Amino acid sequence: MKILVAIKRVIDANVRVRVRSDGAGVEMANVKMAMNPFCEIAVEEAVRLQEAGKAREIVAVSVGAGNCQDILRTALAIGADRAILVETDLETQPLGVAKTLRALAEREKPDLFMLGKQAVDDDNNQTGQMLAALLGWPQGTFASKVEPVDGRVNVMREIDGGLETVSLKLPAVITTDLRLNEPRYVKLPNIMKAKKKRLDIVKPVDLGVDLAPRLKIVKVAEPSKRKAGIKVESAQALVDKLRNEAKVI
Amino acid sequence: MRALIIAEHDNRALRKATLAAVTAARAITDDVTVLVAGWNCKSVVEEAAKIAGVGKVLHADAVHYEHALAEELAPLIVNAAAGITHLIASATTFGKNVMPRAAALLDVAPVADVVRIESPDTFVRPIYAGNAMATVQCPEPVKVLTVRATAFAAAAPGGGSAIVELLAAATPVGLSTFISAQLTVSSRPELTDAKVVISGGRGLGSAENFRLIEQIADKLGAAIGASRAAVDAGYVPNDYQVGQTGKVVAPELYIAVGISGAIQHLAGMKDSKVIVAINKDAEAPIFEIADYGLVADLFKALPELSAALDKRP
Ligand SMILES: Cc1cc2nc3c(=O)[nH]c(=O)nc-3n(C[C@H](O)[C@H](O)[C@H](O)COP(=O)(O)OP(=O)(O)OC[C@H]3O[C@@H](n4cnc5c(N)ncnc54)[C@H](O)[C@@H]3O)c2cc1C
Ligand SMILES: Nc1ncnc2c1ncn2[C@@H]1O[C@H](COP(=O)(O)O)[C@@H](O)[C@H]1O
Repeated sequence: MKILVAIKRVIDANVRVRVRSDGAGVEMANVKMAMNPFCEIAVEEAVRLQEAGKAREIVAVSVGAGNCQDILRTALAIGADRAILVETDLETQPLGVAKTLRALAEREKPDLFMLGKQAVDDDNNQTGQMLAALLGWPQGTFASKVEPVDGRVNVMREIDGGLETVSLKLPAVITTDLRLNEPRYVKLPNIMKAKKKRLDIVKPVDLGVDLAPRLKIVKVAEPSKRKAGIKVESAQALVDKLRNEAKVI
Repeated sequence: MRALIIAEHDNRALRKATLAAVTAARAITDDVTVLVAGWNCKSVVEEAAKIAGVGKVLHADAVHYEHALAEELAPLIVNAAAGITHLIASATTFGKNVMPRAAALLDVAPVADVVRIESPDTFVRPIYAGNAMATVQCPEPVKVLTVRATAFAAAAPGGGSAIVELLAAATPVGLSTFISAQLTVSSRPELTDAKVVISGGRGLGSAENFRLIEQIADKLGAAIGASRAAVDAGYVPNDYQVGQTGKVVAPELYIAVGISGAIQHLAGMKDSKVIVAINKDAEAPIFEIADYGLVADLFKALPELSAALDKRP
């Protein structure tokens, strides 16, 4: 099996994000960037499938600016075999990314395309589903277990009511949820090895895709703040407040 | 303008989040249709037809719609979308699974997690785990939206009398099959729908200790939630997770016990009306957004809280 994994470069999930005073977006200057956590889970899962003898080749792909090479190197250090950057300075949006990934799928012909369930910057949770639609492939979204079996793949999905398992025909798209695995800690020798792995850079025009954003971000604002609360001394005092002041019980 | 809402249901009853989608649609247009696609789902159709503000219900009944597989539903939605300006579903795992697939088939960019409708083409949605609110203008001929049930009141489930039309099923796609489901069965109210939610975090320390949370939940008629750390540790099932990547709740009262208040958790509960935090660390960030904070060891505080609730005022 050949696996493509799409990874996105985002503000590190541990950074406290600040809205820019001009309302044009969030502060990006000197902010720590990282691979989107869900994408890391996707790379880890692909590598585990390879280690289990179920995958032959893993290609990590990203759509974005030249500095996305850093997360592609991380993916190579986790264990991907090679990487492709589709280089653009445009702000990427799910539909454009999905079309780009479709073009890569048509070139690379993978059996599985793995993505994170959501990018923690835009929180869209759309790209995998859109890619699956464009390719006419089945989708296993919010995966917490992935098991290839005889030309199909079983995917356990985290849904609102609990868990659900579906069986998908290959090729298929899978988007990963938090409990699929715990990504490994990357060791230094693997980081060194990753520097020698192949990383191709292509332009959207080479793939015949248009990444121009369809949606216009009119403004970005601070969320409304909650007013400061109080500390209570005891459980009894808490119950009194909830009954008599807040009147919620 | 014409809105089509994709109903979420289990072939027997409508999920309440669909009622919030109706309210969101009504903020855009008076012409609101609900699509009920399922298998032997007549009771859902009847329920949908009674929702106040719904003019028409489209009913598609076929065995390949039984499990709401996105591969099957998306082409049906596309068939039903002719003349529609807004396709709307709730921002649940159902809506998030199906709507982007339908949008891609229509070649339009969808808008997820809408919390406010500024105009028929401009919507507000949280980004960065709710650290920022983006106002997004969508120039697409069909706006495909998922809307948060916490941000729109539920439409009245009665009083309407929509006309019902049958919609021919689309040809089965057959790319995916449903195998099984392990659904959480609980006599408690649904997490996203409860007036009171009490959530436990890593501080609980074990699945057994969640009994302390259950005890309070029973007394308050509350739903139980959890932080990601508590779910990852196996104390409770995945569908208890509240947060950026779990469920979003906005009850009258949210009680966070042994939860530090990471931004990803706050993303799922900070719009609750009243927030209570119980944590032994006075510096825990959860206190920054709590209306009432109790700095205490939960193993002492929860039994005391239970006793205090027993005492009638
Ligand atoms: C991509 C991504 C997505 C995420 N999505 C979510 C999400 O949707 N929801 C979510 O919740 N998290 C999410 N997280 C995880 C989040 O960042 C935090 O790690 C998590 O919320 C921490 O859970 P916690 O507060 O239970 O644990 P901790 O942060 O470990 O806090 C435990 C708290 O319990 C207190 N405590 C311990 N013992 C006691 C005691 N005896 N009495 C009283 N207090 C006690 C401690 O003082 C501490 O404050 C996500 C993280 C990432 C990277
Ligand atoms: N610019 C991008 N480059 C590569 N992959 C992406 C990009 N944007 C989104 N993705 C993939 O799509 C997933 C979901 O993103 P989103 O739909 O934006 O929430 C991410 O976890 C990635 O796997």
